[in-house]
Amino acid sequence: MSKKTFTVTADTGIHARPATLLVQTASKYSSDINLEFNNKKVNLKSIMGVMSLGIGKGAQIAISAEGNDEEAALQALETLLQNEGLAN
Amino acid sequence: MAAILKGIGASDGISFAKAYRLMEPDLTVEKKDVADAAAEAERFRAALKKSEAELEVIKEKARKDLGDDKAAIFEAHLLVLNDPELTGPIEDKIKSESVNAEYALQETANMFIGMFEAMDNEYMKERAADIKDVTKRVLAALLGVELPAPALIAEEVVVVAEDLTPSMTAQLNREFVKGFTTDIGGRTSHSAIMARSLEIPAVVGTKNATADIQNGDLIIIDGLQGEVHINPTEEVAAEYKKRAEAYAQQKAEWAKLVNEETVTADGRHVELAANIGTPADLEGVKANGGEGVGLYRTEFLYMGRDNLPTEEEQFESYKAVLEGMEGKPVVVRTLDIGGDKELPYLNLPHEMNPFLGFRAIRLCLEEQDIFRTQLRALLRASVHGNLKIMFPMIATVNEFRQAKAVLLEERAKLEAEGVSVAENIELGIMVEIPSTAVIADLFAKEVDFFSIGTNDLIQYTMAADRMNERVSYLYQPYNPSILRLVKMVIEAAHKEGKWAGMCGEMAGDETAIPLLLGLGLDEFSMSATSILKARAQMKHLSKADMEELAAKAVQMSTAEEVVELVNAIKKNS
Repeated sequence: MSKKTFTVTADTGIHARPATLLVQTASKYSSDINLEFNNKKVNLKSIMGVMSLGIGKGAQIAISAEGNDEEAALQALETLLQNEGLAN
Repeated sequence: MAAILKGIGASDGISFAKAYRLMEPDLTVEKKDVADAAAEAERFRAALKKSEAELEVIKEKARKDLGDDKAAIFEAHLLVLNDPELTGPIEDKIKSESVNAEYALQETANMFIGMFEAMDNEYMKERAADIKDVTKRVLAALLGVELPAPALIAEEVVVVAEDLTPSMTAQLNREFVKGFTTDIGGRTSHSAIMARSLEIPAVVGTKNATADIQNGDLIIIDGLQGEVHINPTEEVAAEYKKRAEAYAQQKAEWAKLVNEETVTADGRHVELAANIGTPADLEGVKANGGEGVGLYRTEFLYMGRDNLPTEEEQFESYKAVLEGMEGKPVVVRTLDIGGDKELPYLNLPHEMNPFLGFRAIRLCLEEQDIFRTQLRALLRASVHGNLKIMFPMIATVNEFRQAKAVLLEERAKLEAEGVSVAENIELGIMVEIPSTAVIADLFAKEVDFFSIGTNDLIQYTMAADRMNERVSYLYQPYNPSILRLVKMVIEAAHKEGKWAGMCGEMAGDETAIPLLLGLGLDEFSMSATSILKARAQMKHLSKADMEELAAKAVQMSTAEEVVELVNAIKKNS
């Protein structure tokens, strides 16, 4: 399993558009991918799951992936978070 | 095959176009046991695939025709559709309980919808609406029925529906919708009012429009005669081409009055104003020579969207209307929501009697954040024109005082912030509840003006739901009881040196106009398209004569007698 932690820097947090991008990206990989925040863990391929966390600016989040393409998935998600200015 | 439907002409004019059925299909679900759960799960996955393909098409079309903004909603729908946390449990349920896919889908989706609706966050509540929409689409795919997508209409059509709700009409593209016809409704139903406001011909209350008309049928809407022709013969179509031309000619005659004042045969001036719903309606007001806006229905700012409009958005709309009217009076009615006008995102509980329930000023005085935001936007816009503010559904003097107090508080706050607000903003009320009409003399001491809302005043006075066909005979604008209430309100206003207007459909009605003129009404506010016709009529009426007529009319016993009286005058003039 691969895992990375991030701090959310986007003013609006992980809402609407950012959540859409994350889910779309995660869904391209076959690994199981989870998002953790505030001791809750949801499937990062589930838009409803991601949004139900209500992640705001400054939140500490962790993304973990397990499967054949876990490294690639995690790398893609990290790139997305950084390129979109969502988290670092 | 050619066929004719009879209904009620709700908006004048004649139009030709293909039929577009705007129908919510029957999506009723029954629980059934299935023998082969694996096959049923496969059927569910196929429905997901079909829905996904549909959504991709709609999304692309929306992106091309309407822009990325409008397409984003369908992108959200696609994500919900493919959400493993939604589809997984549905498949599990099909397999573990051996139930049909429709039932498993509905049960699971309802659980999520309930969960999201219960969240204390506007954004999450909107997601509940997304899940509902997606559920509908997949259900339709499972049941083998088609869903309409009115936002995507991109060719000229006549909309055929059982009824058109305000939120449905808000989605329609006025560029392409050339006419309406509905199964139910009357001259004062919202579909009819919308049609007049959009200036498109409409026939309502045909009973059978949705049963007899198929998608793509060629339709003639004759809003003058209240007829709908389905796939007309060439002869009929040719005849209607002629009639459409004749109507256009008559309109051209009326159009000559566009820059004239409204003056009666004996030289008395009355004001003919327009009812509008959006700043876009101003075009029609100007084209028809409106002398003001007598009713700006602000509800439409709140409809066809997922959240409340911000103060800034509202300010821009009010400013646009005030500036557009170039100093002519603009009466803005504060939010009149509730009744048959719902805002899904407010999550108001369903009521047994919405017309007698939590609506309009009742809601605004309770949900003061909503009310205050609107008042601030109005006050800020007031410096851009001649603003008058009107509160709807006032039943007691205390309600008016409370609403006024809130307004004064917001004015004081704005002034303390250094924002300029116009000095003299007239403050009035809609008179649409009999209790208010009865003590109009007491109200007249406190308000600056009255505007009589006859659509509701008649239904509340007669205790008859205007949407209920079986009691629609009781919707009697010419009933002496109504005329007397109108008379009381006008006299009460004049006694205190105030003015009285009318913004219900009655104000533009050919038979009512002589009576209202005689009763002393100062301002007639109607659909913009009725203004020129009314101005032409006024030119031939003497106010002094109409005063005599009105005095007789209020002594009649029945509405029929009143109509006879008016018709006799028409023949003599």
